[in-house]
Amino acid sequence: MGKFVVRRLLLLVPILLGLSVLVFGYVRALPGGPADALLGERSTPEKKAQIEHLYGLDRPIYVQYGKFLERAVRLDFGTSITTQRPVSAEIRSRFPATVELSAAGLLFAVGGGIPLGYAAARRYQSWFDNASVVLSLLGISIPVFFLAFLLKYLFAVKLGWLPSVGRQDPALIADHPTGFYVLDGILTGNLAASVDAIRHLVLPGLALGSIPLAIITRITRASVLEVTNEDYVRTAESKGLTRRVITRRHVLRNAMLPVVTVIGLQTGLLLSGAVLTEIVFAWGGMGQFMYDAIFSRDFAVLQGGILFIAFVFVIVNLLVDLSYGFIDPRVRAR
Amino acid sequence: MSLAELEQVQTSTEVESSGGLLREAVTRLRRSPVAIIGAALITLFVLVALLAPVLAPHSPTAADLTKVRPGSVPGPSAAHWLGLDEQGRDELSRLIYGARWSLLIGIVSTTLGVTIGVILGTLAGGLAGWVDGVIMRLMDIMLAVPGLLFAIGLAALLGPSLKSVMIAIATVNVPIFARLLRASMLSQRGSDYALAARSLGVRRSRITLAHVLPNSLAPVIVQATLALATAIIDAAGLAFLGLGSADPSVPEWGRMLAESQNALNTSPQLAILPGLAITVSVLGFTLLGEALRESLDPKLRR
Repeated sequence: MGKFVVRRLLLLVPILLGLSVLVFGYVRALPGGPADALLGERSTPEKKAQIEHLYGLDRPIYVQYGKFLERAVRLDFGTSITTQRPVSAEIRSRFPATVELSAAGLLFAVGGGIPLGYAAARRYQSWFDNASVVLSLLGISIPVFFLAFLLKYLFAVKLGWLPSVGRQDPALIADHPTGFYVLDGILTGNLAASVDAIRHLVLPGLALGSIPLAIITRITRASVLEVTNEDYVRTAESKGLTRRVITRRHVLRNAMLPVVTVIGLQTGLLLSGAVLTEIVFAWGGMGQFMYDAIFSRDFAVLQGGILFIAFVFVIVNLLVDLSYGFIDPRVRAR
Repeated sequence: MSLAELEQVQTSTEVESSGGLLREAVTRLRRSPVAIIGAALITLFVLVALLAPVLAPHSPTAADLTKVRPGSVPGPSAAHWLGLDEQGRDELSRLIYGARWSLLIGIVSTTLGVTIGVILGTLAGGLAGWVDGVIMRLMDIMLAVPGLLFAIGLAALLGPSLKSVMIAIATVNVPIFARLLRASMLSQRGSDYALAARSLGVRRSRITLAHVLPNSLAPVIVQATLALATAIIDAAGLAFLGLGSADPSVPEWGRMLAESQNALNTSPQLAILPGLAITVSVLGFTLLGEALRESLDPKLRR
């Protein structure tokens, strides 16, 4: 197991290095270079040269890359031109909002998708199974921002059951030591704040989680169907094992492998889907921050944001790969 | 029999058997209700896009601000079946013309992404060795950035235009197709017909291009149908973020939805209609893609 972990960690190095080259090249690929992007219409050759000297853009490209890498390791992504604060500080203050939203979406998708997919496979070709197939095809065809919009319109605007925007009732006074509002309420003993944060999370979480829910349901269903027909399940049945033992030890354990892979891939969808969902619900996380950066052409923010989210995505998939080792002993042996 | 003749025989049986498989797949496809509904939706979508100038009762861009006041948009009437938007433009005509942009972006970006992906995948799967290593590590790096986010970054860099959207979505598709084709080619390379061709002394490039590649394309075709669906969704997402066409009067469904967000209380139809248009057209490609996948899956063959 130890060797497997080390080998998987080593595979990470070229990916992260490549990612850093990609992101390093990103801002430098701007028409007129980063200095022009920074100066905009006020650009003159003198000012441009001054800026380029200030940011070391007049030095050889490998020196620039070395500096960039050195700073990226320290999570220094430069300064936002709109807020004049370091990008890393901006990310740190906004990332908990996006993680909280993505976690709510993932919880809904995994918590709903696996039981639904299992139930559908068990009732193969029943009305329940057919309905699950139709709904999951619809689920992967609907854009996340449209679903977010529909939920907001129905449950917040029309019915008024849940809040339509933001993470917290503005009238509520609460401390935020971690930035994760639900957790903050529990930590500070302010349960009313936790409940309020959960109420705000429901609609965006449902919107963001529905598409992964559809995908996880499909994969679980297909995977359980395939495993149920395996010889080893028939052997277990003929041995006289109870249905529960067969389900837990033979069916679910083997069926979970593709499901776990898909969950890892879904975190990418969740993190980028969060960008769109946050805008509909005025969530104030990374997504909204990057949305504003698109309009102000604040490329340091886009660069830092994309690199950071990609990093999280790579780490999540590393954890997923490592979890195979725990679920499936055959992976360790390879 | 000469070597050339032998090769001829080998090739012809290959074609026949693949024709047989294809015919079998088409037969199964024609019996699948999912495929029929999907094809019907796609046909409807394409017809609306092609016949937009004939079908649309009004101009999609002619604004009439005298008919609208902020917060009050005229609903359906005999002259405007789906009412007007906030700029006083005919909603139905904008929805109809919106199909053109969605279809255009979907087809161009998918074709571009598939073409480059197939070229890179063939090089990686065919040449193996260091070429394979370099291409695949590059693809891994691209896949490390979540797709939509990659497209957002690229489109923002290139500046808002339809061309940027197409390039961004095509780029996101490249590693997906390169990897898929390479994996498919690797599994075909060890098959009996490839071995037979090699033992007959057929050149490696010919085995790769004439035998292995055509037999490896089935998953690519399935994925391309599904990629068209994703391309339409992603293009709508980019337009929703303001990264679509630089001309604000272009009726893109994603942009129409974004623009009507503030009128949620008074005229929700302005957001719901373009949202439905996106969903229905995407559903067409999803259904056909799924049906294709099932009809080409050898495990489901009876």
